[in-house]
Amino acid sequence: MKPKVAFYWCASCGGCEECILDLAEDLLPVLDAVEIVFWPVALDFKEHDIQPVDICFLNGAVRTSEQKRMAELLRANAKVLVAFGACAQLGGIPGLANLSTARDILETAEEATGSDGDHGLPLPELFDTVLPIDRVVDVDYYVPGCPPTPKIIGQALTALLKTEVPSRHSVLAPEQALCEECPRRATRPETLALDRFRRVADTIIDENMCILAQGIPCLGPATRAGCEGRCIAGNMPCTGCFGPAPRVRDFGAKALSAMASILAPTGDDEITDALRDLPDPAGTFYRYSLPASFLTRKATP
Amino acid sequence: MSTTFEAATSRRISIEPVTRLEGHGRIEIFLNDEGKVDRAVFQVPELRGFEKFVQGRPAEDMPQITSRICGVCPTAHHMASTKALDDLYRVTPPPAARKIRELIYHTFFVEDHALHFYFLGGPDFVMGPSALPGERNVIGVIGKVGIDTAQRVIAVRRTLRDLMAAVAGKAIHPVFGVPGGVAKPLTREQAVDFRRAAGEAVDFARFTLDLFDKVVLANQAYLDLIHSDMYAHRTYYMGMVNEQNRVSFYDGTLRVVSPSGAQWARFETRAYRDYIVEHAEPWSFMKFCHLKSIGWRGLVEGEDSGVYSVGPLARLNAAEGMATPLAHELYLRFFGVLRGKPVHYTLANHWARLIEMLYAAERMRQLAEEDEITDPHVRELPQSPGDEGIGVVEAPRGTLFHHYAADDRGRITKANLLVATQNNAARMALSVEKAARALIDGSTVQEGVLNMIEMALRAYDPCLGCATHSLPGSMPLMVRLCSRAGSVVASLRRDSDGRIVRE
Repeated sequence: MKPKVAFYWCASCGGCEECILDLAEDLLPVLDAVEIVFWPVALDFKEHDIQPVDICFLNGAVRTSEQKRMAELLRANAKVLVAFGACAQLGGIPGLANLSTARDILETAEEATGSDGDHGLPLPELFDTVLPIDRVVDVDYYVPGCPPTPKIIGQALTALLKTEVPSRHSVLAPEQALCEECPRRATRPETLALDRFRRVADTIIDENMCILAQGIPCLGPATRAGCEGRCIAGNMPCTGCFGPAPRVRDFGAKALSAMASILAPTGDDEITDALRDLPDPAGTFYRYSLPASFLTRKATP
Repeated sequence: MSTTFEAATSRRISIEPVTRLEGHGRIEIFLNDEGKVDRAVFQVPELRGFEKFVQGRPAEDMPQITSRICGVCPTAHHMASTKALDDLYRVTPPPAARKIRELIYHTFFVEDHALHFYFLGGPDFVMGPSALPGERNVIGVIGKVGIDTAQRVIAVRRTLRDLMAAVAGKAIHPVFGVPGGVAKPLTREQAVDFRRAAGEAVDFARFTLDLFDKVVLANQAYLDLIHSDMYAHRTYYMGMVNEQNRVSFYDGTLRVVSPSGAQWARFETRAYRDYIVEHAEPWSFMKFCHLKSIGWRGLVEGEDSGVYSVGPLARLNAAEGMATPLAHELYLRFFGVLRGKPVHYTLANHWARLIEMLYAAERMRQLAEEDEITDPHVRELPQSPGDEGIGVVEAPRGTLFHHYAADDRGRITKANLLVATQNNAARMALSVEKAARALIDGSTVQEGVLNMIEMALRAYDPCLGCATHSLPGSMPLMVRLCSRAGSVVASLRRDSDGRIVRE
């Protein structure tokens, strides 16, 4: 009997569904190998529609009561639960909302809409804090990326359908940092001593040289490999969507220390000057991972 | 429209389609005491807080952050955002950079419109309203058009998306847009690949239009459906045009035509706030965009109502032609067959979308053939950030506005994002209301109401709905009738496998 597979989404953009379509021709053997019982999402399927499945791929973060309930239901019905994509694994870009509060967000929205949002058609209950899936239910595996690449998805499916499955809680991507598979690896200096950081806004990036060596905060040293450096191939720095490299618990802390370690200045004034063009450390180093960090969110008064 | 919300709550029907935005996009239908439809509303509670949490982020990160609003149309957000940065930093991209942006953007249009026609919205229409719900999906379409066509759709989309990724870093959530240009030049080899792919895209678009001819236009029942009054609204239309008033996706001037087709306004995108305002209703989170000087007259159509529409049909209506020869031929035919201009039939969006797909493919080919596109000079460096920037593009689903303010360190202090679906909100609500009025009488809900209301909506390819129509299965919907006390009187549900269940 074919394994039963479910796809479901929580707070996400649809890119994780779209990247499955991007398997293109390679999707056909997948459709042969498994029986897809829900895909990609059917929000109106109620509790009685959920049936036991072998593998559930869950994308998106959790930020409403309904998403939490669905994550719990799917966990209870899935032999294997896979957090699929950066939002499910780490909170993702919508997790930047943890730099504000649900009230801030509602107020901004109300300012935009002029409605107090409470006339019989209420907004869903928003949690103050966006959560990655594993802060709500136990997760067996992670497929990283915003979005995951076809290659990573294919490898993950193959690994999960084998009789000998990977060890639980593992991230189904290479056990190394992005720098190790970076197309510009050969141009990375042995040691780096930057006088200051530079911004993409006013820097032309040399296409043939390590981006970090050019002073642009490229987060490859802190980021897990697997994407094969697709942003770098696009001549832009890694922003960390594949999440923490192996043995890294807090992505932002690791990224911050990696950047700090390559900065030459030592005096306070010099350091302030060197960081002038790094105007948003929280948003830069925790672009995808604030909800999964030790801090989780901005402190609430 | 004088009935108050309170008086209308004796019966309330909710239709809840799935949505990629948290919370549900939903349809609410309020019945009066006689059981007639008093008011029907299509709601988009689009609230992930992007406007709030982008505050404090570096402006140049916006093209990558805002693309995460939608993984189906990330390129549209990326492009509107990048243009807003050009404006914020007061910098003009070099010619090659502009052409590369346009090339990627038109490539995106071809594959996105193809996605809609074959996978998402088209299935309802290609299969026809009388088809069983279980057939109204991409599997049904494959059955009707043949497996060879399905393979061709997959192959063409893959070619185009691989090319987009080669230039933009990624097809989903691209990274190539920077203030004053693009991140890297186009190589000669890539230009050759694009030329070849553009040729295939043109052939594919023509093939798809032929298919539409055979399946839809040659079938009187479908033509009658397109012409049905239930799916027609006399509203204003807005779209971006070039100097010759031809449809333009990447850049241009906004043009608005009246329900009779006369030019009502033609304005620079930076002035959008002088022409478009939003109206709040106490029963909805979403404001209704309408034309400022005409004003809000409620959810009504006609010359005296400020309701307007965006998207493929609106763009064709608001322009005077297409900028490429093959597409322009079809443009003329479109208005000939549908007898007159503007065309007010919402379902004509499906045909308009395919004509745009051909235009995008032809434009791709033009751009790829220009020598200048491989010029290595693709970046003009900004000197310092300004305090405000506006970027506007035509997204596949309609006009998209990104409007930012920034501080002296180039961090976002305020963002206003106006997406296509918001521009269409009022007309979509009209469509829902008209279908509801035609189909609902008393407390019983005919099963057909699900399909018919859904078709009215899906013709717009509303962004929240565009991913709901997935491979196995159709758009799950629920209609509930509730008593005043809130208890459910009757409920109809369509499962993801297309079966209708009465509960």
